[in-house]
This record gives sequence, structure tokens and C-alpha cells, in this order.
Amino acid sequence: MFFRESGVFHTTYQRDMALYPMPITKFAVAAFAVLFVGVLPFSMHEYYVSIVNLVLIAVVGALGLNILVGYTGQISIGHGAFMSVGAYTAANLIVRLDMPFWVAVPAGGAMAALIGAVVGIPSLRIKGLYLAIATLAAQLIIEWTINHVPWISGGVQASIEVPRPRLFGYVLNSQRDLYFFLLAFATVAIVATLNLVRSRIGRAFIAIRDQDIAAEIIGINIFRYKLLAFAISSFYAGVTGVLYTYYLGIANYEQFQIVVSIDYLAMIIIGGLGSVLGSIFGAIFVTLLPIVIRLFMESFGSLLFDPKDVLNLIPMLRLILFGALIIVFLVLEPEGLDRLWRNIRNYFRVWPFSY
Amino acid sequence: MSSPVARAAAGADAPQLTISNVSKHFGGVRAVTEVSVDVRRGELLSIIGPNGAGKTTVLNMVSGFFHPDSGTIHLGERDITQLAPSRIAELGVARTFQNIALFKGMTVLDNLMLGRHVRMRSGVFGSLIYWGLAQREEVKHRAQVEELIEFLKLQDLRKQPTGALAYGLQKRVELGRALALDPDILLLDEPMGGMNQEEKEDMARYVLDVNEERGTTVILIEHDMGVVMDISERVVVLDMGQKIAEGTPEEVKRNPDVIKAYLGQPHGTGANHA
Repeated sequence: MFFRESGVFHTTYQRDMALYPMPITKFAVAAFAVLFVGVLPFSMHEYYVSIVNLVLIAVVGALGLNILVGYTGQISIGHGAFMSVGAYTAANLIVRLDMPFWVAVPAGGAMAALIGAVVGIPSLRIKGLYLAIATLAAQLIIEWTINHVPWISGGVQASIEVPRPRLFGYVLNSQRDLYFFLLAFATVAIVATLNLVRSRIGRAFIAIRDQDIAAEIIGINIFRYKLLAFAISSFYAGVTGVLYTYYLGIANYEQFQIVVSIDYLAMIIIGGLGSVLGSIFGAIFVTLLPIVIRLFMESFGSLLFDPKDVLNLIPMLRLILFGALIIVFLVLEPEGLDRLWRNIRNYFRVWPFSY
Repeated sequence: MSSPVARAAAGADAPQLTISNVSKHFGGVRAVTEVSVDVRRGELLSIIGPNGAGKTTVLNMVSGFFHPDSGTIHLGERDITQLAPSRIAELGVARTFQNIALFKGMTVLDNLMLGRHVRMRSGVFGSLIYWGLAQREEVKHRAQVEELIEFLKLQDLRKQPTGALAYGLQKRVELGRALALDPDILLLDEPMGGMNQEEKEDMARYVLDVNEERGTTVILIEHDMGVVMDISERVVVLDMGQKIAEGTPEEVKRNPDVIKAYLGQPHGTGANHA
């Protein structure tokens, strides 16, 4: 948020360490709350609400991955698979045992956390690319397992149909209903992540990322904390998988293939590693970019190409533009959208004076 | 951390840290051979020796980075020879590094708060929820860290990222991070290396204050003989991985083996010292 520190004095440590150290931020947050709860969902077409819903789901997943990659300095190409673990755990609970969402969502997360922690075990010995390959193996193994074990995948085409979530007997049928459902989860995920990274556990994660030897010498049990990072991160991924399953109305492993893992990595790299705001920016960017490109091509593509070809060109152009934009962004601002935002904010901090 | 009564029962002379006959070889390199040192509670002990004498290796074994090939290390009655570094830190042994190992992206404040990691309790759920217990704990420990910041005169730097600080200040922050652990034993690996005279004097002052006011046992590795001889109560001299002398600074200064190790054998007089 835009703010100026000048003239704001903290008299207690508690105030100094608050989530919103500036009085004005409270108003900004309140304004956002009104916008997201009161204005946005009621002023948009149902189709656009469904796109915002996709962003909200992605925010949860990107935050989770950023805890592991951005804050703890580990890497995972298996997050797509962890999402599928959450999705199928929840789908089975919902369909077989008729569980409500407030059991299915945490259960999906918990199962993903368990699997994620197991996958994280090699992280004690291996780092960087080698760990990436180990998690890639996990991605493929989990994909294969779900696809080949009918007891998990429900048999036919490895998909399980899931009814819409219910709240006090009310079925969340429309995209607008789902929007509030997903907004609640995204908000909890954001606040929890902010809290995590500013307290004991989160600091330990960052310490492991910055200097693992020094982290150990001040009493941080590296192995335990790496596994914890994997577990927390996978929990977020599992929840993302459950939310996406509710959104689609079906659990299907094809929705959680390796491309998804890469997409989420792209989100946090573009948004900014080790930043909560960056995760949100990245989730918005990567989710909206293909949709915006498609809408753009549908509207203006015929000016550039033969109208017959446009429909065929869209999927290809989407990939090309997506890749190109990611490269452009990384070259212009390697630290991501979050850095871009901070630069703008810092410029206005003392504006109109130069210092 | 034993109570005063237990301490008295154990006898004031019972060593707080006992390094007995430790050896560590890396392949063919005999880094440390059969070294024994008793460290008394509250003393300021220096370990000196030429480059490659094995000083840092001894420290690394005490803090658990290496486990000795043979020999044992006891903290009080407790055998810590095979414990992991994080466990040894929990038992109250803190250290600094020869080449600074700060968390460079984090602020001075966060570095010191990390130093208090083992003294804090809040777990995953506490941290995720934050408001309530975790917040109270954060505030309490922040107050203690602020005392340290005052002690080390780092007030104006508390929200600076440590990577951007001057070298001497980084060393001071690293000392602060070690102190934040409330250690019983503080291991300092060349805290004054690469400093100018004024910075050295400041650092020596801090080390003495820690030792005298907080009663923390200090084990110091340092190359600056002036500082070592001024502030140490006892000096252990290592050469080629072996202990060649031990005693007060005065005794060590006169020890012929020490002179030989540092200056080499005087021409024509070697036979007298053999």
C-alpha cells in the first residue's frame, strides 16, 4: 500500500510488529474488503466471476509453493501432484462418506501434507536441481498411482464427480456463491502466510534459505524445518486441489499434471520469490494472461490473420506470447512483480520530494 | 543450565566443558590429534596457533559440525560428542564464524530474533494464527533482543538488512546473534579478524563485558596476540593439530615451544630447546 512513515511513531513493540504498521493501511484493507465482498461479485458477469474464482484458487497454491521455494529455498516440481492428492482425498471423502467441505478441505490438505513431507525427505541430502528431479519423480509416481489404482481414482477415466459444496443446507451453485466460498479460503491463506513468515517458524525457514550452516548453529533443526516447509506447502497445494475440484465439479488427474507444477513455479517467479504479495500478483498474472490473450485474439485476431486461421492460431499464440512475456518480465525485473510494485511504492513514499 | 546449588555441589573447579583426547583427520591431513582442554565455568580462554594449527576444527567439533574420530567432548556431565549442532545450540553453546555467516537478506532485528529461536516455543499453528500466544512471545523476546541491540549499540541499524552493513558491524551483529541465544558458552572464531585497531578495541570490550557482566564462558580464537594476551585468563596453544602449551598469557609467552612454533628455531640454539 502507499504510505508514508513520517509522523507515525510506535510506542510499543507490538505496534511496531503489527501486520499493518501504518494507520492508513487499515483503511486500504477496509476498502479492499468492501470492493471484494460488496462490489466486485455483484457488478461482474458470471463468466468473469468464474475467472476471478480461478485466480483465487491459484492464489492459495502460489502462496503454498512460495513458502517452500521462496521462503525456505527448496524446490518442488511436484506441486501439481500434491494438488491431485488433495483433490482425490477430498473427492473420495465427499462421494463415499458424504463429508461436508469443512472436513474435505482440511483432510485433502492434510493428506497432501503427509505425502509432501515424505517427498521432502531427500531435501536433507540434495539441493537445487537434484531436489527438483527428486520431486519431479514424485510428480510422475503420484500421477501414475492415481491413474492406475481404481480405488483412489474411481475407475472410469480416473475421474470422480463431486457435488457442489453445501453451507447450512444451501448449495453453492452459482459462480457467485463459489466466489465467496473461495474468497474465504484465499483470505485465510493470505493471512496465515503473512503470520507464518513474520514469526518463529517462518524466520527459521528464511534462515535455512539464506545460510543453512548458520541456521543450524543457532539451533534450527534443518531436517525438521525442511520437512515442515514441505508439509505446510503441500497442505496449501492439497487445499488448492480440493478447491479446484469443487470448482470443476470433478476430480480428474489430468488437471494436475506436470504443466500445473510448472505454471505455479512461473507464478511465484514472475510474482516474486519470498513475497506474499508477489504470490498474489503472480497468481493473477499467470491465470489471466492466457485468458486475456485469447479474448484479445478473438476480438482483434482477424485484423492480423485470416479469420479462418484465428481459431487454430489461438492455442499456439497463447503459448508463444505466454513464454515471451515471462522472459520479458524476468529480464526487466528479475525479482518479480512484487519488486516492481515496491519500486513504485518507494518512489511515492517521499513524493514529491526527492528524499 | 544448572542451578547455583548444583554448581556448588559439582565443585567450582569442575570443568564446564571437557574436551578429552579428540582427534580429527581429513583423509591424510591430521587436523587435530589427541587434544585435551578443560574449560572452567566463567573463564575467558583463548586458543591460538599458527595457520592450519587446527583451532577452528576444535571449535567445529565442540559445536557439532564435525564429530571427532576419537575422544569425547562433555558439557558438564553430558556427553555431546555425537550431538547435532542444533542440539548443542539448545544446550547453550553459541558461536560466531571466521567468515561471517549472517542471514544477509534479513534485518539486524530478524537476525537477532533468530538467535532466540531455541528460547522460543511457538509452533506451526501458533505461528499461522499468530494473534494470542505467538504474538505475546514475539513481543517478549523482542524486548530482550532490544536490550542486546542497546548493549551492542546497534539501535540505528535495527531495520537495516545485514548484507549492506560494514564489515565490522556485521561481526558485531553476528556476536549479537550468538548472544541472543543466552549462551552458557560462547565460541568466537576470530571475531577481530580483518578489523582496524579501533574496531578491535570495541570488540574486545564487548567480549570482556559479556564475560564479566553476564558470566558467560568465552572460548576465543584470535590471531592478534596483543588482544589475546590482554584479555585472556588462559591460553591454549595448538601447532600442527597438537596442543603444545597451556597456561596464563605470561607463561605461554615464555614457553620455548610456543616461540619455536611461531618464530621457528633460532639458529645455533636449537639444541638447547630440544
